[in-house]
Amino acid sequence: MSSQKKKNLTPTQQKYQAFAKAREPKRPVLLNSIRAFFVGGIICTLGQALQWMYMTYFKFDEVTASNPTVATLIIISVLLTGFGVYDHIAQWAGAGTAVPVTGFANSVCSAAIEHRSEGYVLGVGGNMFKLAGSVIVYGVFSAFVVALIKIILKG
Amino acid sequence: MLQGHQTWVFKNKPVLQSSAAIGGPFEAQGALAEDFDLLHEDIWLGQDSFEKAEKRLMEEACETAIHKGGLKKEDIQFYLSGDLMNQIISSSFTARTLGVPFLGLFGACSSAMEGLALAALLVDSGFAQNALAAASSHNAAAEKQFRYPTEYGAQKPPTAQWTVTGAGAGLVTKEGNGPKITSATIGKVIDMGLSDPFNMGAAMAPAAVDTLQNHLKDLNIDATYYDLIATGDLGRVGHQIAGDLLADHGFNIPSKILTDCGLLIYKDDQPVIAGGSGCGCSATVTYGHFMNRMRRGELKRILVVATGALLSPMSYQQKESIPCVAHAVSIEM
Repeated sequence: MSSQKKKNLTPTQQKYQAFAKAREPKRPVLLNSIRAFFVGGIICTLGQALQWMYMTYFKFDEVTASNPTVATLIIISVLLTGFGVYDHIAQWAGAGTAVPVTGFANSVCSAAIEHRSEGYVLGVGGNMFKLAGSVIVYGVFSAFVVALIKIILKG
Repeated sequence: MLQGHQTWVFKNKPVLQSSAAIGGPFEAQGALAEDFDLLHEDIWLGQDSFEKAEKRLMEEACETAIHKGGLKKEDIQFYLSGDLMNQIISSSFTARTLGVPFLGLFGACSSAMEGLALAALLVDSGFAQNALAAASSHNAAAEKQFRYPTEYGAQKPPTAQWTVTGAGAGLVTKEGNGPKITSATIGKVIDMGLSDPFNMGAAMAPAAVDTLQNHLKDLNIDATYYDLIATGDLGRVGHQIAGDLLADHGFNIPSKILTDCGLLIYKDDQPVIAGGSGCGCSATVTYGHFMNRMRRGELKRILVVATGALLSPMSYQQKESIPCVAHAVSIEM
C-alpha cells in the first residue's frame, strides 16, 4: 500500500486491511511469468514460422511478409475468441496471450461480440475499441514522440 | 417489532409458503444441481441478449414460486425484487410481466435477503397477505457490465469470484405451511477501504460480521441457536476472513454452522476461483438448497446473511473504495 493511500484510511481500516491481506491468496507472480514467457514465446515462434512460410512459398520479402503474418495470427485469435476458447487459454497464460498481437485482436473481437446485442452502430461500432482504444491512443502518441526525438537528433 | 438496534422480530411469523430456484448451465454442473427447480442448458435461454436471459430467469423463478405456492399472479399484493443490472432492469421488466405492485430494490448481492426481510415485514404488519421476493444475476451480463467482455482474455487473480447465473424467488404468506420467517437484521454500510473489484470477499466480510454480531446481540442469542448460518457470497477468501474476524471479536462459531452460499453452490473442480457470487448466489442457495433441507427436516433454524458490494463500474474506475452491506433473515421450521 502506498503511503498516500494509507493516509486516507482510518486506523481501523488499516488494521482490517492487514488482517485481510494475511488471509488472501497471492497472485502466483513467478509461475504467471514463466507461463507468460512460454506461451508468449510460442505465439512469437508461430509468427516467425508463418513469416518464413510466406517468404518461402509466396513471393514476400522479409518486410512485406509481416502483413500476412500478422493477419493470420489475428484471424486465429479472432476465431478462438469467437469459439469461446481464448479466454480460457488466457486465464492460464496471462500476459503470454495478452501482450502479442493476438491479445489485441481478442480485445477488439470480444468487445464486438459482447455488444452485438446493442446493434451495429451503438453496440459493435461504439464498443469495439472500448479496451483496445487506449492501446491505439497511447501507441500512436508514443510513436509520435519517438519520431520527434529521432527527427531532432538526426535532423 | 423492533428489537435492539436494527432487528425486526416478526410476531405473526410470516410463512415462506414456497420458493423456487432457476439456474444456468454452469450451475447444472455444480454441487447443488438437484436443488434447482429448473436448469438451463443455454446461457442465452433462447434470448438474443444476456440481459433478456436474466430477465427470463427471474420471470421463471417468480412463476414457479407462485405456482408451487398454489396461488395465481393476482393473489400477490406486492413484488419486491433486486438484481445487479443498471437500473435493476431484470427486476422491473419481470414486474412488468407479472403485473403486480412492485418495489424495486438495490442492495447488490444482498438484495435477496433485503427483499425477503421486507416481504416478511409487509406480511407481518398486515399490509399484505402474500408478497413475493426475488433476486437474480447472470454471469455474462454481470461480467459485461462490471468487468470485461465475457470472451476477453484477462487473467483473474485467485481472489476473484464467479457470478452465479440464476434467480431465486420466495413467496411469503400470512398463513400456510412451511418454514417461518422469524426475524431480520438490516445491516449498516461498512467500508474498510478496499478497492479491488476482484476481491469482493475481503471487502464484504466486515459487513457480514457486523450484521451477524448485531443480530445475535439484538436477539440476545448464541450462534449455536441456529443449525446453520450462511453468508451470501463471501467465497473462500471472505469466508476465511469472516470466520477469523468473528473469532477475533469473541464469537467462536463452529465451522459446521458457519458456511457460505458461494462455497456451497459449485463443485471444487469447477473453475470458479474463490467461489460463487452475485444476487443469484444467496437467492438460489437459500430458496433452493436450504428450503429443501428445511422441508426434509435436516435443518430447523437457519440464518442467511446476504452480503452485497455496493460498487459501480464507474466508482471503482474513479478509485473509490467498495462500500458493503449485509442483511440477515432468520428462517425457522
